[in-house]
Amino acid sequence: MKNRIRKARGVDKGMTVVFYAVAIFFFLLLAAFAGKVIIGGFAGASPEMFAFARKGSIGNQLFNTIYLVFVSLVVSVPIGVCAGIYLAMYAKQGVFTRFLRMCIETLSSLPSIVVGLFGYLVFLVFMGMGKSLLAGALSVSILTLPLITTTTEDAIKGLPEGYYQASLGLGATKWQSIFHVLLPACIPRIMTGVILAAGRGFGEAAVLLYTTGSGSSLRWGNWDITSPTCPLNLLRPAETLSIQIWNLQVNGQDRALANLSSAVLMLLVLLFSIGANALSHRIAKKNAGENT
Amino acid sequence: MKKNKSYGMFSKEYFWRGLMTAGGLFVIILTIVIGAFLIYKGSDTFTVYGHSLGEFLGSADWEPMDNSEGGGAVGALIFIVGSLCTCGLALLISTPFSLGSAIFMTEISPKFGEKFYRPVVEIFAGIPSVVYGWVGLTVLVPAIKTVFNRQVGHSILAAGLVLALMIFPTITTMAADAIRSVSDDCRKAAYGLGSTRWQTTYRIVIPAAAPGIISGIIMGLARAFGEALAVAMVIGQTTALPTSIFSTTKTLTTEIAAQMGNAMEGGEMKSALWTMALLLFLVSLLFIWLIHFCGSRQLAKEKKDAKGKK
Repeated sequence: MKNRIRKARGVDKGMTVVFYAVAIFFFLLLAAFAGKVIIGGFAGASPEMFAFARKGSIGNQLFNTIYLVFVSLVVSVPIGVCAGIYLAMYAKQGVFTRFLRMCIETLSSLPSIVVGLFGYLVFLVFMGMGKSLLAGALSVSILTLPLITTTTEDAIKGLPEGYYQASLGLGATKWQSIFHVLLPACIPRIMTGVILAAGRGFGEAAVLLYTTGSGSSLRWGNWDITSPTCPLNLLRPAETLSIQIWNLQVNGQDRALANLSSAVLMLLVLLFSIGANALSHRIAKKNAGENT
Repeated sequence: MKKNKSYGMFSKEYFWRGLMTAGGLFVIILTIVIGAFLIYKGSDTFTVYGHSLGEFLGSADWEPMDNSEGGGAVGALIFIVGSLCTCGLALLISTPFSLGSAIFMTEISPKFGEKFYRPVVEIFAGIPSVVYGWVGLTVLVPAIKTVFNRQVGHSILAAGLVLALMIFPTITTMAADAIRSVSDDCRKAAYGLGSTRWQTTYRIVIPAAAPGIISGIIMGLARAFGEALAVAMVIGQTTALPTSIFSTTKTLTTEIAAQMGNAMEGGEMKSALWTMALLLFLVSLLFIWLIHFCGSRQLAKEKKDAKGKK
């Protein structure tokens, strides 16, 4: 009996050590990974790589990445918020709502290459757009749509029931309560979702492979929106940072440049996820304050 | 006048309600359209070019013609086996570590885990896959080459390791959520009976959280299965069945990514690639179904527990 207890205690201690080791090992691995990408990227960079030149720099690609994500959010946020409000406020329990939820889940788990193929087929083959920033942005918005829908729904459902009841009690209609009371109250939470979606959009490469094309010859100062070298033109090919890494990998040249673009891409994503985290922490704190 | 005003108010109400419903409808239509297009494009292999499903799934003979006459072979077994091997290896590597980390941050050091470990792991879930692929290519591939004394470092092993690192955050956070939702009474009862922490974790907490943990593993698997570019960078891209974990091969996603741009519109090759995309779509549906299945198991379990209490 004593032996068994001693053995159990020994195993317990041993397993505790094992779990500590696993956690610390992975922690160090992730830290080393981030350090390698960011420090390694900037250490091997030369000043001209930060320029907005046609070749051998990341300026244009960085601009394209941010612009593309912005355009995709302009499309997916309104639709996603509408669908989220519908699910939270208007939908009745039934076959239709269940099916809608299933669709959202399907969309969110689609492999990104499949979304890319779909975008290629619809925007390029059927609509005849040509490889363009707009086609890429629309395809990325398919990926971010489910995320925005679910965060909006959760945000509205997470509000205290009193908000809605009080608003109705003051004589507001359903839509007035939603628009003037519920929506403003959950904007920080929806913003968190949007930031996360943006973070996902920045790194997306498989979707853009066949929709945005590569190469980007921009002439800064050319603001004629129909010209193919105008930075704001939606219908021009636009190489993003992630596609640039992929292309450099295929060609096998200029490792330093690819290192730098992965470093910048990683920094961008880290910044956005830390921002989303900080925002949600602030919300949690505020809510905790309200309840006490 | 008054009547008019209230009429305006209600029409607004209906308008906005309609708009919100349209948002919901759009999501449904989008999903159906994606599915329909994949089926429409993917079925060409079987209807237009007359290949059998058995050939597509069971033969390793991959020589589709890049024209609309057909007559090539469209056996996708190489890619299916490649996908299964890389994902299986990634799961095999990642699951124990993820579970260990999840237990660490919920059972062993909850304060540190919640404040620090969890946010860090969550941030890593968002790192772009090309970055993983690029680091795999520049660090892991040369390392495998020198450590195992191989001619090339590109291999299933490299792809498995990259994917394992990629899905680690997904599995860890979902497993930790499942473990945390196990009721504290279970732990207290186990401690009261004299169990050590490890016995409590191993015999009580893990079995109680099993459906949630399995959902997490399936989510990780789904992510690994759909990953294209990170795998394409490190797997070596040769069209042959893998013989060991050091052999180079292709997966469903990498073949689509590599060939889609070259293939002729409407040709046999393109249809075969679309069929592979359809297969990916069906597999992701299967994963969702599995997760739901686990979720309903969990619910049933909780209901039973609640009944037992009464």
